[in-house]
Amino acid sequence: MVPDASNETLPETLLEIRDLTVTFASRFGEQTAIENIDMDVRRGEIVGLVGESGAGKSTIGAAINGLLPGTGRITGGTVTLSGERLDRLSEASLHRLRGDRISMIFQDPQTSLNPLMRIGEQLIETIRQHRDCREEEARSLAIALLEDTGIADAATRMSAWPHQFSGGMRQRVVIALALCTEPELIIADEPTTALDLAIQKQILALIRRLADERQVGIILITHDIGVIAEISDRVVVLRHGQVKERGVTARVLGQPDDPYTRSLMAAVPRMDRKLERFLGIVEAVDTDAAATRRGPSARVPSRAAGKPLWRVSGASATAASDWLLGESSERSAVHDPILSLRHVDVIFDASPGYLFGLGRRHGVRALDDVSFDVAAGSVLGLVGESGSGKSTLAKTITGLVTPARGALLFDGQVLPSGRARSRSHPSRRRIQMVFQDPYSSLNERHSVESILIEPLREYDLAGTRAARRRLAASVLELVGLPQRALLSYPHQFSGGQRQRIAVARALLARPELLVADEPTSALDVSVQAQILNLLKELQSTFGLSMLFISHNLAVVRQMADRIVVLKRGECVEYGDSEAFFASPASPYGRELLSETPSLALLDAVPRR
Amino acid sequence: MIALVARRLLQSLFVMATVSLLAFTLFRFVGDPVAQMVGQETSLEDQARLRASLGLDDPVITQYANFVGNLLSGEFGYSYRTRQPIGEMILARMPATFELGLASLVISLLLGIPAGIYTAIRRGGVVANLILVVTLIGVSVPTFVIGIFLIYVFGVELGWLPTFGRGDTVQIGWWKTSFLTLDGWRSLLLPALTLGVYQLTLTMRLVRSEMQNVLKTDYIRFARARGIDARALYLGHALKNTLVPVITIVGLQFGGVIAFSIVTEAVFQWPGLGLLFLDSIRYVDIPVMSVYLVLIAMLFVIINLIVDVLYAVIDPRVRLGDA
Amino acid sequence: MSTLLERLRRLGTENEFLYLFLHSRLAMIAATVAVLGMGAAVLAPLIAPFDPYDIGSVDILDSLVPPGWTDGGDARFLLGTDDQGRDLWSAILYGTRLSLVVGLSAIVFASVLGVTLGLLAGYLGGRLDAVIMRIADVQLALPAILTALLVDGIARGLLPRDTHDELMLVVLTVAIGLSLWVNFARTARASTFVERQKEYVQAAEVMGVHPLRILLVHILPNILGPLLVILTIDLAVAVLLEATLSFLGVGVPPNQPSLGTLIRTGTEYLFSGEWWIVLFPSLTLVVLIVAVNVLGDFLRDVFDPRLR
Repeated sequence: MVPDASNETLPETLLEIRDLTVTFASRFGEQTAIENIDMDVRRGEIVGLVGESGAGKSTIGAAINGLLPGTGRITGGTVTLSGERLDRLSEASLHRLRGDRISMIFQDPQTSLNPLMRIGEQLIETIRQHRDCREEEARSLAIALLEDTGIADAATRMSAWPHQFSGGMRQRVVIALALCTEPELIIADEPTTALDLAIQKQILALIRRLADERQVGIILITHDIGVIAEISDRVVVLRHGQVKERGVTARVLGQPDDPYTRSLMAAVPRMDRKLERFLGIVEAVDTDAAATRRGPSARVPSRAAGKPLWRVSGASATAASDWLLGESSERSAVHDPILSLRHVDVIFDASPGYLFGLGRRHGVRALDDVSFDVAAGSVLGLVGESGSGKSTLAKTITGLVTPARGALLFDGQVLPSGRARSRSHPSRRRIQMVFQDPYSSLNERHSVESILIEPLREYDLAGTRAARRRLAASVLELVGLPQRALLSYPHQFSGGQRQRIAVARALLARPELLVADEPTSALDVSVQAQILNLLKELQSTFGLSMLFISHNLAVVRQMADRIVVLKRGECVEYGDSEAFFASPASPYGRELLSETPSLALLDAVPRR
Repeated sequence: MIALVARRLLQSLFVMATVSLLAFTLFRFVGDPVAQMVGQETSLEDQARLRASLGLDDPVITQYANFVGNLLSGEFGYSYRTRQPIGEMILARMPATFELGLASLVISLLLGIPAGIYTAIRRGGVVANLILVVTLIGVSVPTFVIGIFLIYVFGVELGWLPTFGRGDTVQIGWWKTSFLTLDGWRSLLLPALTLGVYQLTLTMRLVRSEMQNVLKTDYIRFARARGIDARALYLGHALKNTLVPVITIVGLQFGGVIAFSIVTEAVFQWPGLGLLFLDSIRYVDIPVMSVYLVLIAMLFVIINLIVDVLYAVIDPRVRLGDA
Repeated sequence: MSTLLERLRRLGTENEFLYLFLHSRLAMIAATVAVLGMGAAVLAPLIAPFDPYDIGSVDILDSLVPPGWTDGGDARFLLGTDDQGRDLWSAILYGTRLSLVVGLSAIVFASVLGVTLGLLAGYLGGRLDAVIMRIADVQLALPAILTALLVDGIARGLLPRDTHDELMLVVLTVAIGLSLWVNFARTARASTFVERQKEYVQAAEVMGVHPLRILLVHILPNILGPLLVILTIDLAVAVLLEATLSFLGVGVPPNQPSLGTLIRTGTEYLFSGEWWIVLFPSLTLVVLIVAVNVLGDFLRDVFDPRLR
């Protein structure tokens, strides 16, 4: 047991939650969102509340503040702030409490600020709401706060509008707003999820500093384990509304006791080394609570007791395997490298102007002189932050965007780009894509069967309806879904399951190159691990070449053989993946590596 | 901002040009102007001479140019039906419609906006639901039915208010106004109510739906989490954000009022532009139709422009461009 | 009855739309009324005691008879008769039928035109979009009733008298349809814009699916929600427009009375005491429109994505 060296004198307990239970009334009856929650927060301490989607993290935050949405009610337990019971308070008293003693910060800084009010006004209004003072006094307080949260030139910025700030700055303003009432407790709900890595690091440092300096208790709600590891003192792990484990962060994340926590930590992609597969993932973890909320029928119909599984005759994973491998004899004849880009430029919004250069626009250079190869049968990882051009690159390769300059070669032959690529060009079949958002990449109005059959239809890969059905069912089984899913519709599936369907759709075209554009960014950590395992399996079994795009370095490390790093459209690193992670060649590469919250700390000495 | 105004101005000109083309086509090619103006006895030669003097033999482009030129200089031509100069007819009738429109707009805004805010804030209350039901009916009952009903109750059964015409009016310059006499007001009340009821329900539903949207946003949630009290929340934050889209609709409503007045004027025999247009349809009085078309379009275009500019003034995102 | 409702309600847990519908008494009442209304209108020739268009069956001596239950009433004429001796109940049935036929045809016309243009504008963008939107702008500069009146007036001017009378219903349908297509177009365009950004459309484009197929098979099914709302609400508007035009005397031909024409006639007799000629058609019209509006409101709430 690691000694808790952080507290010489034990700070008093600020917030005490005992046995808290919250239920929502829905059309499926009473649903319990969180159950028997115990947790403490002390002054100056950051407690992380971590869990996957639907675990109930935000519900706890809302319950403390009395801001439960809709039909939510506290149906058991107590919430005590500095000795005062919160769960029993009337709405009026809770209202006074809000801001005064407890503040909240939400995820999206863009929508948290009133777009029609200058930020100075919003600050002053909040300050004067909670203390009796003249406007000038409130104004100087506001300016001091802005400076404290790291906004340069605060006095002038007071009269600025929210949309004139960048994302990170806006979050600082939001934090300033939360602080201006001098609360005892701050609840931060996913405060850095919407921000870039570098900004995230700064905001996290800011939060840590504020906790230390002002002795405010902070509850940090997030799904990102890296963030927890970075700044929290203690952590509470939630799953399906229940506490699975709690304790000092370094201990819980480094040597977890509970099987779920262990599985969760096993699913987190490591930055320090590449694993063959993610091991120790609990299979049953892949049904997110969103599916649970949709009701009993929302889960994929599976084996009912005693009844045989619904199957299509002749369909099986082996059949799919055979069909897909049937091509591999041709595959060995594929050119190496399978894909090449040479000096590709992509420019948006440029126009020569109307007359003599009037109204001319130089446009935005989304890609600048990008060149690289994808070796046949290997995985090339593409890394970059938002705005680096990753998606544009994917769109250029798949023909959705036309480059201004440069050449693409596929299987040794010139690949026409953009509009020049006809709809019946063979590359349409041979290059397939898996998209980021499983909730928008499948047509909600089509059954799974009709979604899967589309490539078979487009490319004439199977003669009869029966044959198509058989293939669809087989590939479904191959990606780990029951054949019966053919009959269902996308909304009945969880994110991870939908992504499997998307992968199945791509496979059914019998592609040679798979472009995966952030395929797991929208998924929970454990589901992500399963999907990555699936992709690894398919890639090695069928010898697929893959372009794997992500902003998450750790994930890319687990998947890629070679790596390309993009910065604002330019290719700043290109080479062997392990070599990059061991020692990046470019300053930007080094920067990226250092900014990624790393869990390696947990293996060594505890944090504080 | 200048760029925005300039672009909208250009769009408006385009719309006006198209409408004027439509009006011209209507004027020139629907029905035969000469046949309308002459009797049966006029000889073919006289007809031909008339045709030439009217410029009907000139190339179409010239005729169009003349048409537009005439419009711009206020030369609106003559009505087939009454043989009067259209310009005079319009001037004579415009005050009536304008005052009617204004009165009903005031009614609709004064009652509609507060009602909308109230029903958005107090959801599910008895009064709120009652208001909603009443407005639902208001939207569904045709204007003329409301008019007839009001006439019957207040005009025939109770005999309180006059049922047709403007009553006594005072003439200021060329403008005949109802606002300065008691009789004028009494005559104005029923038509204004009739026209106003429909507008009112539209306003109320719009304000309600916009406000409900605003109340669901993150920044309201955040403000509530900061402890901002209800009054400041609703009237300060929420209202300002609600009014932005509402302004657009109110602007358009004013134009709509002018147009919907056709029905009200028919029911109450109110001597306004609407009644004029209706008569022109019945008697296929093409010149009046085409002039009315152009005027109404211009009215809408100007209102749209003003609304757009107002939008820019109020919403800093529009004014300063997105960051 | 209640067990039927219970069973229906359990069905509703599967399908979200059904659930909301069966739990909204208001929506169910409105739907019932609307269905009854439409049913009665469709079956008018079968259930109306008299045929008001048949000159032979109408006797001028029967004119202005008060409703059956009042003194002076005649049991044959349940709601009384109008100034020409036509049975009011039959006239209302036929009139509703006419109003609904015109209204529905106009809406079908408007929606097909509007949705097609909206889909194309939203998906293809560029110059086509600009052109269509300009046309919509021009149209929006004129309110619906004005457009309808104008089209009617033009038709009057262009067609010789008798053709005009014969084609009046068609003219009316086109007039109302032309004044309402813009709503459909704008909604379809906005929804198409949104869907176009979604990844399933991109997936189809990457696969090389034909744009027409993308529009009709992929996008259209996903935008039906808001379109259905507009359809219902504009149906009410179409019926209202037809009634208004008929009331003003420029709608349906005088020998085929719709609810609007009946009200027009009734107004003249209102002040001399024959109140029934105005009242019953007005009531019918209002109830019908209210029912359709309630359904429209309900649909709007169902399809509001924020409520999901």
